[in-house]
Amino acid sequence: MENEEAIFFSRVLTELTLSFHIIYATIGVGIPLMIMIAQWVGIKKQDEHYILLARRWARGFVITVAVGVVTGTAIGLQLSLLWPNFMELAGNVIALPLFMETFAFFFEAIFLGIYLYTWDRFENQKKHLLLLVPVALGAAFSAVFISIVNAFMNAPQGFDIVDGQLINISPLLAMFNPAMPTKVTHVLATAYMTCAFVLASIGAYRLLKGSNHVYHKKALFLTMKLGFLFSITTAILGDFSGKYLAEYQPEKLAAAEWHFETEEGAPLILYGILQDGEVKYAIKIPYALSILAHSNPYTEVTGLDQFPKDEIPPLYIHYLFDIMVTIGVLLIFLALLYCLGIWLKWSFILSKWFNWLIVLGGPLSLLAIEAGWWLAEVGRQPWILRGFMRTAQGATTSAHVDTMLLLFAGLYLVLGIGSIVVLLRMFRKNTVEQELADHKLEKAGDSL
Amino acid sequence: MTLEIIGISVLWIFLFGYIMIASIDFGAGFFNAYSTLRGKQQILTKIIQRYLSPVWEVTNVFLVFFFVGIVGFFPKTAYFYGTILLVPVSIAIILLAIRGAYYAFTIYGGLKHKRYVYLYGLTGLFIPASLSIVLTISEGGFVTMEESGPVLHYWTLFTSPLTWSIVFLSTTAVLYISAVFLTWYSHKAKDESATNLMRTYALVWALPAILTATGIIVELRSHNPQHYERIMDFWWLFSLSFILFVGTIYLIWKRRNYGGALGLLIGQFLLAFFAYGISHYPYLLYPFLSIYDGFTNVSMAIALIIAFIAGLGLLIPSLYLLLNLFLFNKDYVEGKRKDYA
Repeated sequence: MENEEAIFFSRVLTELTLSFHIIYATIGVGIPLMIMIAQWVGIKKQDEHYILLARRWARGFVITVAVGVVTGTAIGLQLSLLWPNFMELAGNVIALPLFMETFAFFFEAIFLGIYLYTWDRFENQKKHLLLLVPVALGAAFSAVFISIVNAFMNAPQGFDIVDGQLINISPLLAMFNPAMPTKVTHVLATAYMTCAFVLASIGAYRLLKGSNHVYHKKALFLTMKLGFLFSITTAILGDFSGKYLAEYQPEKLAAAEWHFETEEGAPLILYGILQDGEVKYAIKIPYALSILAHSNPYTEVTGLDQFPKDEIPPLYIHYLFDIMVTIGVLLIFLALLYCLGIWLKWSFILSKWFNWLIVLGGPLSLLAIEAGWWLAEVGRQPWILRGFMRTAQGATTSAHVDTMLLLFAGLYLVLGIGSIVVLLRMFRKNTVEQELADHKLEKAGDSL
Repeated sequence: MTLEIIGISVLWIFLFGYIMIASIDFGAGFFNAYSTLRGKQQILTKIIQRYLSPVWEVTNVFLVFFFVGIVGFFPKTAYFYGTILLVPVSIAIILLAIRGAYYAFTIYGGLKHKRYVYLYGLTGLFIPASLSIVLTISEGGFVTMEESGPVLHYWTLFTSPLTWSIVFLSTTAVLYISAVFLTWYSHKAKDESATNLMRTYALVWALPAILTATGIIVELRSHNPQHYERIMDFWWLFSLSFILFVGTIYLIWKRRNYGGALGLLIGQFLLAFFAYGISHYPYLLYPFLSIYDGFTNVSMAIALIIAFIAGLGLLIPSLYLLLNLFLFNKDYVEGKRKDYA
C-alpha cells in the first residue's frame, strides 16, 4: 500500500498530540472544581487561607489552560488533517457532540476570563464564587461531549451503511451509545481524582521543603479528602467499565487480561510477562475475571480465540492495564491512610517518608491517566470505528506527515518545558508567606 | 432558505467574527513588537494587555467553532481540505500554539524578555498568511484529483500571483483593522499618545489594504472567470463597502468620532466579506465541492441548528457580560482598577 508510511506517522502524531494534551486537559477539567471547593470552604469558614488557596491555584491554572487550549486546537484540526476519511464519516454521524463541545469550551473561556480579572471587583466574595460555576460546568461538559465522541468510536451506532451509503442517521442515538455512560463518568472521576492528588503533592512538597505554614496543611488535608472520595468513585466506575467491555467489546477485555480461551470461572491475571505466547511470572486470581466481567464467579468470559486474528488488539495493553489499576489502588490506600491518620492522630502521617509518598501521588495519577487512555485507544485497534472502519482506511493520503510529526514534537517539547519553568518561577518568587504579608499590608493601607 | 444556506451562513458569521477579533489580536502583537523595537513600548503595551488579557482565550474559540462547525455541516470538507491542507494548517497551528502559550506565559507567568515580544509580533503576521492560503485554494486551480485522493500542487500555489496577493491582503487588513480598533480603545482609555500612534498606523495601512483588495478582483478575472462574473454581479455591495471605507478614513483623519470610525470599519468588512462569500456560492472548493454535494444529512443538520440556537442563547448573554465588565467598563479601560489574577 502506498500510504502505509502516512498511516504509521499519522498514528504516532495523533498519539503524541493526545498524550501531551490529556495532561493539560485533565488538569483543565479538574482544577476549576477544586478552586470552587476551596473558595467555597473559605467563604463558609471565613478563612482567608482557603481563599488564597483558590487564588493561587487559579493563577497556576491559567498557564495550564493556555497549553490545554492550544494543544486542544491542534488535535481538533489534526483529526481532519490526519484522518480525513474518518472525519467525513464521523461528521455525518457524530458532529453534534463535537459541536456542543465547542459551546461548552466557549462558555468556560468567557467566564474564566471574567473570574480571573474580578478578584477585587465585588464586595461580596460569593458573587465572585458564582463565576466559577460556569467555568467548572463548562470544563466538565467539554470532557463529557468529547468523551461521547470517543465512546462512539468504540461503540458506533445510530446509522446504517447500505451499499457504502450512510442512511437512517440518528445523532442522538449515536451520542447515547452503550460505551458512553462508563466512558464519560470514568473520565470525569479520574480527572477530579488526578487534580486532587496533583494539588496534594504540591502541598506535601512545600511542607517537605521547610515551609511549615498552616496554609499547606489545610491544603493537603482538603485535597487528600477529595482524592480519597474521587479515587473510590473511580474504582467503582472502573469496575463498571470492565463489565461494559465484557458485554460489548470483549476483545479489548480479553487482550488486556491475556484471556486467550473462552472459559467459565475465568481467573484474573495480574502482572507477568508474555514470552513466545506464554504468560510467565503472573499472579493468577481464580474466578476474579468472571466476577469483574459479570459479577458472578462461574460465568463464561469470551476469550481471544473467538476473534479473527486480524481483529485482535496488541497484547501489550495488559501492561497498561496493570499500571493503571495498580496506581489507582495504591492511591486509594494512600488517601485512606492519610485521612484515617489525621483523624486518629497517627504520627507517621506527618513524617518525611509519608510526605514523599504524597508527592509521588500527583505524577503517578497522571501516569495512570496516560496508561488508561493508551489502554482504551490501543485496545480498539485495528479499528478506528469499531466494526466499521479500520484505522488504515481513515488515514490521510497526504505526504509530509513525518515532517509534521517532527515539527509538533518540537512544539510540545517547548510548551512542556516552558509551562513547567513558568509555573515554578511563579510560585517560587511569590511564596504563600510573602503573599499573606502583602495582603495584610494592603488591608492596613485600605483602612487608613 | 435551505438548510445548506443556513449552515454556511452560520459558519460565515463565525468566520467573520474570528477574522475581526483575531485581526485585533494579531495586529496588536505586531504593533507592540514594532514599538518595542523603536523604543516606544511604554506607550502601547499596557493598553494592549488591558484589552487582550480577558479575551484572548475567547478569540481562539471562534476559530475552533468554525472548523468544528464546517466539518459538522459539510463533512466532505474534512475529506478534501483535510487531505490537502496538512502542511499549511499544521504550520498555522504551531504558530497559534506558540502565540497563545507565550501570551499566557508572559502576562500571567511574568516571563519578560524582548525576544518573546518579537516572536509574538511576528507570529501575528505569519498566521493570517498561512490561514489565508485556504481562501486561495478554494478558488480552484491548485488541486487535482489523483487515484489516491486530492493532491495540492505547492509549486503552482507558490508561484501564483493570486496567492501572494491574498497573503498580502490578509496581512495589511489585519494591521488596518487592529490599528483602527486600538485607536478607538486608546482614545477611550484617555491615552493621548497611544491614540496618536495608532491613528498614524491606521492611516498608513489603509491604502495598501484597499489596493490589494481591488487587485485581487482583477486577478480573479483570469484565474477564475466564473467567480469574477459573480463578483461583478454584486458590484454594488463592494461599492457600498468602499464608501464605508472612505468614511472610516475621513473620521480618523479628522480625529473625530473614533467609535463611529470603528463601526464603519466593521460595516465595511462585513459587506465585503459577505459579498465575497455570496459570490463564491455554491462552491466550497472550486470545482470539486459545492455546498450541496458536501452537505450533511437532514437529521444531523437539524440537530446542529437546534444545538446552535441553544448555544447562542447561552453565549450571547455571557459575551455581553464579558464586554460589559471589561470593554465597556470605564474604570477598567482607563486602568483605574487594579484587577489582576
